[in-house]
Amino acid sequence: MLRYAIKRIGLAVVILFTVMLAMYAMVFLVPGDPASLALGPRATPELKALLRERMGLDQPVLSQIWHFFASAATGDLGYDVWSKRPVLDQILEFFPNTLILGALALGWALVAGVGLGCLAVVWRGRMIDRLLGILSVSLISVPAFVVAIYALLVFAVWLRWLPAIGAGTPGDLASQAKAVILPAFALGLGWVGYIARLVRASMLEVMGENHIRTARAFGLPESRIVLRYALRIAIIPTIAILAVGLGSVLSSAVFVETVFGRPGIGTLITGAVQKRNYPVVMGTVLCMTAFYLVIVTTADLLIARLDPRVRDVFRG
Amino acid sequence: MTGPVLQIDGLTLDYAVPGGRLHALRNVSLSIKKGEVLGIAGESGCGKSTLAAAMIGLTGANARRVAGTIQIDGQDMEALTEDDRRRLRGRKIAMVFQDPMTAFNPVLTIGAQLTDFQHNIDGVSRAEKRARAEAMLSRVGLADPGLIMGRYPHELSGGMRQRAAIAAALLLQPEVLIADEPTTALDVTMEAQIIHLFRELRDDYDGAMVIVTHHLGVIAELCDRVAIMYAGEVVEEGPVDAIYHRARHPYTRALMACDPAMIVARTARLPTIGGALPDLRAPPPGCAFAPRCPLVTGRCRTDAPPDVQLTPGHRALCHEVRP
Repeated sequence: MLRYAIKRIGLAVVILFTVMLAMYAMVFLVPGDPASLALGPRATPELKALLRERMGLDQPVLSQIWHFFASAATGDLGYDVWSKRPVLDQILEFFPNTLILGALALGWALVAGVGLGCLAVVWRGRMIDRLLGILSVSLISVPAFVVAIYALLVFAVWLRWLPAIGAGTPGDLASQAKAVILPAFALGLGWVGYIARLVRASMLEVMGENHIRTARAFGLPESRIVLRYALRIAIIPTIAILAVGLGSVLSSAVFVETVFGRPGIGTLITGAVQKRNYPVVMGTVLCMTAFYLVIVTTADLLIARLDPRVRDVFRG
Repeated sequence: MTGPVLQIDGLTLDYAVPGGRLHALRNVSLSIKKGEVLGIAGESGCGKSTLAAAMIGLTGANARRVAGTIQIDGQDMEALTEDDRRRLRGRKIAMVFQDPMTAFNPVLTIGAQLTDFQHNIDGVSRAEKRARAEAMLSRVGLADPGLIMGRYPHELSGGMRQRAAIAAALLLQPEVLIADEPTTALDVTMEAQIIHLFRELRDDYDGAMVIVTHHLGVIAELCDRVAIMYAGEVVEEGPVDAIYHRARHPYTRALMACDPAMIVARTARLPTIGGALPDLRAPPPGCAFAPRCPLVTGRCRTDAPPDVQLTPGHRALCHEVRP
């Protein structure tokens, strides 16, 4: 297990490095000069040159890349000349908002999705199973921002139960918690259907396997068979997909964050790309990639923990 | 203790299949006494595995019992609720499955599963169940049972897994032990070892054993009595010695003639039984074996054959046999 863990983490570091190199290449291929964009059409060449120098853009590309990695390794992600703040500060301010949103969204989707999936398996072929099938597909097909708008309308505008915009007062946990409920609901709803379908499909496959018949032949109760014998195997593909899904949740968080006027990494990165604000773009992408890799690696390690066969394949 | 521990009377069972109902078991009657070993033999599709599944109440969702009863220890299974039937499994009746590769859950250790499999016994702590499982692993000839308890199924060889499966079935000393093709998935040396293990177990296990197999040699080695099945019916039943040396039903005789182990002389081609199994969605009105039978007469095609008692304990389902 330890060797497996070391290999997986080593692989993650290599991927992170490669992604950042590719990101650098892409940033320089996109047309548009940040200095002209920032200073407008009437800026003098001297002013532009000054700004370029302060952003480090006058250096050769290779030296810029080297400089970026060297300072990133010490925790310094550069300085944002627009907001006049270090990039890391901004990320640290915005990222927790998105992270809490994403984690809560996936968290409730996982609980509800696994529950509904198991329910459909226990009642397979019956009315409940069919209704859940229709419900799941409907949930998957509705975009998160549509759910967000209707949730806003019903719970914030009509019923006035929950706040409509913002992330709550900083430091006030109750108000922050209230502010995250609707966005998390909107963001996770589609995943409920997706996870329910996924769990149902893999559960049905597992329930047909011989070892389930063995467990039945020894008179184990059906609930125990479903939860201990089948779900442990059926959850494995779900964990793998969920880890990948977190990436997509973080990116679709942009829409939900926009609807609810919630500060987050999505709003930060879209603003930065529009302004060609390279240090912010690079810093944010680095953080997102690192975070994403942590999640995927954790999921892989978790799967190895759940399935002894995976460990052995890697041990070879 | 003279009454049968397992008694099946007139069991008739259908499967819903595309194009109608498949009559998998037709009027099957068998009884097994304590300490007895019954073999059930027949070619693929004869219904022997369905019969084994019916004994433990695990026929699929598409199966329907049309008629007949199954009694375990005098208790009619149909009179019980599904939950009560479940409470009997493992304790009164247990099963060893064909394929040891897939019979265990791949993500739980052997020890965890053998402990769980003692679900239907009350008042025994988990530690005691573990100790009992470990003792049983040692009993079926596995060296270092403590180590095996912590192993996952894929870490054991096929023979070791089949031993563990047999240990699992014996954990609660059930009154009836069913082994469905217990050696079919194993190679020849493993098969010999497992047969040897069953022979040993026969001596100190006092319940009844049912061994379902298409391998006539396994039955000759292990069983007291044998039931030969064809197209969902028991066509002949009797002591092993009588069936192997004085078989009366034409199907049994043909089956024996096809067993390579029974052929002494060198032959260029092994004998086969001509023709194929009848379509069990619409079984013929007369004898199911009539289209393939060398002794066939007119009434075989129209009238159901009688159950003829040949000698005490030896019977055959045929128009052409006489006591």
